[in-house]
Amino acid sequence: MTDKEVLLEIHHLKAYFPVKRKSMKEAKKVVKAVDDISIDIFRGETLGIVGESGSGKSTFGRAILKLVEPTAGEILYKGQAIHHLKGRELQKYRNQMQMIFQDPFASLNPRMRIGAIIDEPMALQLPLTKEQRKKRVRELLQKVGLPEDAMHKFPHEFSGGQRQRIGIARALAINPEFIIADEPVSALDVSIQSQVLNLMMDLQDEFQLTYLFISHDLSVVKHISDRVAVLYLGRIVEVGTKKELYAHPLHPYTQALLSAIPVVNFDEPKQLVPLQGELPSPMNPPIGCVFHTRCPFVMEQCRLARPPLQQKNEHQQVACFLYEK
Amino acid sequence: MDIVKRYMKNINLLIGLLVIVGFLLVMITSFFYTPYDVNMMNIPEKLHSPSSKYLFGTDEFGRDIFSRMMKGTQTAFAVGLLTVIIGTSFGILIGGLAGFLGGWVDELFMRLMDALMAFPGIILALMLVAVFGPGVVNTAIALGVIAIPAISRIARSGFVQHRDAEYVLAAKLIGVKPYNIMFRHILPNISSQIIVAATVTFATAMLAEAALSYLGLGVQPPNPSWGRMLKDSQAYLVKASWYTFAPGGAITLLVLGLYMLSNAVRDYMDPRSK
Repeated sequence: MTDKEVLLEIHHLKAYFPVKRKSMKEAKKVVKAVDDISIDIFRGETLGIVGESGSGKSTFGRAILKLVEPTAGEILYKGQAIHHLKGRELQKYRNQMQMIFQDPFASLNPRMRIGAIIDEPMALQLPLTKEQRKKRVRELLQKVGLPEDAMHKFPHEFSGGQRQRIGIARALAINPEFIIADEPVSALDVSIQSQVLNLMMDLQDEFQLTYLFISHDLSVVKHISDRVAVLYLGRIVEVGTKKELYAHPLHPYTQALLSAIPVVNFDEPKQLVPLQGELPSPMNPPIGCVFHTRCPFVMEQCRLARPPLQQKNEHQQVACFLYEK
Repeated sequence: MDIVKRYMKNINLLIGLLVIVGFLLVMITSFFYTPYDVNMMNIPEKLHSPSSKYLFGTDEFGRDIFSRMMKGTQTAFAVGLLTVIIGTSFGILIGGLAGFLGGWVDELFMRLMDALMAFPGIILALMLVAVFGPGVVNTAIALGVIAIPAISRIARSGFVQHRDAEYVLAAKLIGVKPYNIMFRHILPNISSQIIVAATVTFATAMLAEAALSYLGLGVQPPNPSWGRMLKDSQAYLVKASWYTFAPGGAITLLVLGLYMLSNAVRDYMDPRSK
């Protein structure tokens, strides 16, 4: 973690979606799924993205892959802007990234055999012969801990954890450098979660992968991440190294989140930072700090202005007026 | 339950195959051989009841019903198949593009389909046949056009359902061409609904052909068609009830066989049911 090479730079990324109006008279509305996110992702690290549902974590991941067209902002991959990429160039860019999906039951085509599922990306993107590809399918299956004869079976013959392994094998097929994992374990049993997470970590070591790990589960993110970014209503409220962020959360939202992790400890009752109310609608986010409607430490200026993300200490950045000097 | 289910599936396949293959054999035979000349009239023997001489009796002109039934198989299959081919291919194309692309393409195509559907089917077929002339091929084309909206709606709903599925997203990511995503990834997943729709179309096509023939716009006399025979027979329902049973029974049997076979094929195509 000493010599950090920036793999992906994201500047002021915004992704807005227009909302269908009920009548022409109504004002045009947009959902601000991702609202001004700036972050650097370093080579070889795992950046965890945490947030409630509706906080824009998935959209953020998809915007990086240009599966969702960003409304504004810039994404630089190895220093190169990707905004204008189209067609073959875009595919070249995407070939260096792959995605692992949330729902292992929806992410594999039920009508395709496992062999064909893993083979397809290679057939399209790599200059390999049929035999070479077949060999590689076997290798990949072995890498993710599945038997070779799995290639002749259909997805429904596998359990959720096994399917997720297949999804990982498919993602690895074309040797990507960067993998966006969109809640890869939240659909799995807890006992299977750690197996898949450990597999992902092993593969990261073996292939020097960079992960963007999206999840709503703080313990899962803690397990796998090097750094963690906390998203709230499409904005980053806090970024920090895992150690610091979990030990000394700065933003009131992070504090509330962390205190909500259930712990088995009967002697010391946990100090709960209670969180009131619901996540406001991203169609109509609060003016000022997005969190001020639920913040226990709300101040007058929070209602007026948006706190920028600022470096608090060596390891942490936070967007909160509490830490304004 | 599982054993019963599996057993039922085999019964579907067995009976369906038996019926369809049987009709196909009859159709092939009818090209070379029928017991009597299909169009040979024999007035003295008109409305003869079924006997060893005339297996299904004779009609009001003394023509052998069995021979005409055999020949009618050709019409039934020709009209049914052609209708299904036209209806499903255009239906899948239009519904698929609408569902997969969404947006204005969806609106445009589906409103066009609505307009087509708003027309009473048989009137539309009448119009098409009146313009292009009667005959087996034109009848089938007209019926195929009528079948497009229903199938395109089924295809559209399937494509809409699968368009945003994660496996489609994954395919997009690895650079699968939209055309291949539509036809190689999504279509196999909705083929069972389409097979069922196609079977229904086959059956309705045969019945609609009967209606058109009755109005004198379908298959032209004296060429035999089951539908026409069914309509002709109704005047003699009391006097010669067997006349009705032959074409009616044939239509029922063929449709039933088709349903059973299509059920079996659908089950077979779904890897989950194995």
